[in-house]
Amino acid sequence: MEGKKYIEVSNSQAVAIKDIPLLDYDDFYDYVVDELKIDTHHCLNYYCVDFGSRLWFVCCIACDELNIIRICSHELPKGEKSLRSITPECFQLHIFEREIHENFRIHFKGHPWLKPVRSSFKNDGTKLHVDAYPFLAFESEELHEVGVGPIHAGIIEPGHFRFICHGEKVLHLEISLGYQHRGIEQLFVKQNGLQRTILTESVAGDTAVGSSIAHAQLIESLADLPIPESLMIERCIGLELERFAIHIGDTSALCTDVAYQLGQVVNEALRTTIINTTQFWCGNRFGKGLVRPGGSNYPLNETVVDEIRNILKDSGNRYIDMADRIYTLPTVLSRFDGIGELTPEQAILIGAVGMAARSTSLGRDIRKSHPFQYFNQYQYEPVVLTTGDVLARGMLRYEESKKSVSMVNEFCSIWEGMAKEDTPRPVYDYGLKPLSFAISVVEAWRGELCHSAITDEQGNLAHYKIKDPSLHNWMALALAVRNQEISDFPVCNKSFNLSYCGNDI
Amino acid sequence: MISRKKLRIKEANILRSHGWQYIPDLKGVELSPLFRGRPVISDTITPEEIEHVKNICPVDAFVDDPFGLDMGKCIFCKECHFACPQKIMFTNDYKIAASNREDLVIRVGQTKMDFDHSAVRPVIRKLFKQSLKLRQISAAGDNSSEMELNASGNVNFDMGRYGIEFLASPRHTDGIVITGPISENMADALQICYDAVPEPKIIILAGSDAIGGGMFVDSPAINRTFLDKYHIDLFVPGNPMHPLTFINGVLSLIGK
Repeated sequence: MEGKKYIEVSNSQAVAIKDIPLLDYDDFYDYVVDELKIDTHHCLNYYCVDFGSRLWFVCCIACDELNIIRICSHELPKGEKSLRSITPECFQLHIFEREIHENFRIHFKGHPWLKPVRSSFKNDGTKLHVDAYPFLAFESEELHEVGVGPIHAGIIEPGHFRFICHGEKVLHLEISLGYQHRGIEQLFVKQNGLQRTILTESVAGDTAVGSSIAHAQLIESLADLPIPESLMIERCIGLELERFAIHIGDTSALCTDVAYQLGQVVNEALRTTIINTTQFWCGNRFGKGLVRPGGSNYPLNETVVDEIRNILKDSGNRYIDMADRIYTLPTVLSRFDGIGELTPEQAILIGAVGMAARSTSLGRDIRKSHPFQYFNQYQYEPVVLTTGDVLARGMLRYEESKKSVSMVNEFCSIWEGMAKEDTPRPVYDYGLKPLSFAISVVEAWRGELCHSAITDEQGNLAHYKIKDPSLHNWMALALAVRNQEISDFPVCNKSFNLSYCGNDI
Repeated sequence: MISRKKLRIKEANILRSHGWQYIPDLKGVELSPLFRGRPVISDTITPEEIEHVKNICPVDAFVDDPFGLDMGKCIFCKECHFACPQKIMFTNDYKIAASNREDLVIRVGQTKMDFDHSAVRPVIRKLFKQSLKLRQISAAGDNSSEMELNASGNVNFDMGRYGIEFLASPRHTDGIVITGPISENMADALQICYDAVPEPKIIILAGSDAIGGGMFVDSPAINRTFLDKYHIDLFVPGNPMHPLTFINGVLSLIGK
């Protein structure tokens, strides 16, 4: 086939489906492999949609240095069930091919293991029981297995971890998820505008703001809903407050795991002050209800800005004092330093995103590479650390928190100095452009959240896809604990803090 | 390099600025005005307005005869308030846990909510008043309810002061706290965990997703049959429920 192999779009730009090049599978294969050889490129999402008589496969590749997203596609007539796997040449696609295999029974020839991603519900009754996950088996007198979960010791979400150990040393970890599967993508298409926006907040309740921004900007693009610049700033303030609160909470959890009680309780208390500020603004500590498509129920006002400033001044300084202490304390450092290392090569291989990537030399940050909302007018420079261990992931939170605090302060000042029109009311009864495709990406605290949608002839939502950064990054955790003491697993796990419900959707 | 002495001074400063963080009176806290707690429906609401809010509600939480809002289904999005600001209000009253499922329905004109002590099984207060150990089970919860349960035991809310605590092993506990709408994929694990708790044992549903299924009620990936089999001792509404809602609910349950 002659002509372009892809169409280029910017973040949240809607395109007609017919404008997305449809390639022969061989061309598609070669193009994707070539494109993903470049380290600053990675796959945002690759998935399959059932169009009745045919299956349509769409692949979105983020080209960070060019600030664009390239989209291409291929198709299969219904009934054909086999494709050559791209994974052996380009490992980061492994999870996407697994997902397509699980949902559409496509056999990817040459894929190393087409295991279930989330044991998702199927209409035809072919659903696999979640406990039937085929773990790697071994034959050895010297090795033993350790199984943990789905219910864990603390109050956290369910997932099963299976370790193969030699003594105390972890040789292999396999993570089986799906316990949180709620069938969200199927619900999305059936529901109305308001239901969708609320559903978005429950994809992962700890990322309610990030998630609802991704959804709102996707709908705004497909429905041509303009929003004032002041609202873009408000959303960024909400997003950075969410990031700061979670980073403090994670610092607390890391201290808990290495028995540093002062770090634990001080950070717990600091996190409370930040999420209470979010509650002061919108009535919910997690920012549920704060972001809506087309407008807002909780426009920012002077009182809220004052509250945010005061809290950030006090808590920001106290967090810096505390974090300075944590990261100079030998008892803490000896448990973080060199533990759970993810190398840059591994990160590139698996297509790691967000904090997991930035802590190991890979400067992937959507705020810079594919700016959204007010980041379009703001030059954000990502924090990048190099060692890829628990210490780097802890320090990254510290450095990013400082940036978030100063950014929120700056955004508040810009917001105050701005000529503001009235913030519009949220729009739920929207019409979408017919036969279109759009992809929206947001750098939430874990990493890039990616929402994409397809509309039908009437402009109704025909398909909705959500990708949590954890889909890429669970493999990072599995690699990071290899050759570690199994007793270091908790601190490694906390340092990634990946989402179960975001993965399981 | 920072000297040891400087580090010690630093730690002392942190301790001083940290001060006392625990909330002395967990029953008397006033939350910020916009907190979405117990709703109030004005008795001047018209049939047209009722029709309107019923159409808006994303989870079908309104009930008839007399008209009311079911907090077990409500996900506290407050969109009904924005549609009829004078007729449906959300107060910052966080003491909204109930021992009866029906008590979660706030009827038109109702301005307070009483905990029904008579519905509490006597054995609960006899055995668990001084010490209640709980096992939490996240069954497709979205991690916000889970984080609020963690917060209930943190340095601010410190429910441990009442002997209420979450433990790891179900065999060491007096009951379970379920968060999330209960996915098909967690149904078996939930049952196994519940079976492992020794008798007598209690069940608490925490968060609207657990009580009413929230946004997921119609999803085929959900399996809520566990709830049909057992008596539920406490319903704690919220999306997610506030730590104070949870703690005050449990205190009412054990009679403290």
